[in-house]
Amino acid sequence: MADINIDQIENRADITDVVCPVTFVKAKVALEELEPGELIAIHMNDGEPVQNVPRSIKEEGHQILKLIDNEDGTYDLIVRRGEDDA
Amino acid sequence: MAVDYAALKAGGFMRQKQKNTFSLRLRCVGGTVTAEQLAVIKQVADQYGHGYIHLTARQGIEIPFIKLEDIDDVKAALAKGGVEPGVCGPRVRTVTACQGGRCCPSGCIDALDIARKLDARYFGRELPCKFKFGVTGCINNCLKMEENDFGVKGAYDVSYDESQCIDCGVCAKVCRENAITFEDGKLIFDADKCSHCGRCVKSCPTGAWEGKSAFRVYIGGTFGNHIISGKELTPLIKDEGTLMRVADATIDYFDTHSNKGERFGKTLERLGTDELQHILEEAVAGAEA
Repeated sequence: MADINIDQIENRADITDVVCPVTFVKAKVALEELEPGELIAIHMNDGEPVQNVPRSIKEEGHQILKLIDNEDGTYDLIVRRGEDDA
Repeated sequence: MAVDYAALKAGGFMRQKQKNTFSLRLRCVGGTVTAEQLAVIKQVADQYGHGYIHLTARQGIEIPFIKLEDIDDVKAALAKGGVEPGVCGPRVRTVTACQGGRCCPSGCIDALDIARKLDARYFGRELPCKFKFGVTGCINNCLKMEENDFGVKGAYDVSYDESQCIDCGVCAKVCRENAITFEDGKLIFDADKCSHCGRCVKSCPTGAWEGKSAFRVYIGGTFGNHIISGKELTPLIKDEGTLMRVADATIDYFDTHSNKGERFGKTLERLGTDELQHILEEAVAGAEA
């Protein structure tokens, strides 16, 4: 698939300031504010968040497009918001 | 008339320190009790016990303070609600299980279903010593399989389909064994490192990773005066038929090789595991035979 340029994604959520399970809750709330099909970059810490948040987002019916390793202990997960009934 | 305490113990009636008083162990499989069963258990605890139950260390229910003279009435009352007494002593005990893939997002197998099948196959079977089965849904191992004589962990036999992969990189990150790496944008899977936890399958956004339910088996574990951790003596078991053959071979070996009152882990310390391992290899190979 075409490369995704994170700089072109306006929607952002930063979940590096919270811990599980609020990491997922904060990401979920950010996704719900979008229209179906919109992209968002979710900024998260290494460790537990990057191990678990992508899977929870998938289970909510959203589409994960890319996980970007910022090589500073953080990651950006690029997600396309799913349909409401997904 | 002399009281046959051994028969009562075999039938789940645990003698209490109070004279002619028993704590009645119920038959519970995988820690699952229906609302109908709970209703009759409540009634018996109120009428014949002291109005409470005890949850055992292995997911069972006991009703304490049952009087010797009430035992037959208690059995009859419980039977009306589909509740049977459990067992104690040298035989196959309560089979434990987590909720597994029925409810838990991490589950790789239907742990309760496997526990019920093991219970139906072996429950109460007389053996040289107690024998404990447990089933846990995944490698997270909430039910601590290594402390059972025969512990089953749910797993995934994973496969990767490159054509569906979008190179998102999530699987490489969630893999705790470093079995998945990317080199020049291409995914490399080192199957030898795979623990069959299934995290790649569960997190893959496109279904490029697929997982088939499988089992990892741990044998000869015990927790008590002398703690022994169960050993994995078989490779990944890929179907239920093979699992049951391995269980049959294991329990038959225990039955014929253990001394009276000797836990399986002690037997294996005494005899080594080579012979059993050979027998289990044949049981696994039986699938192709």
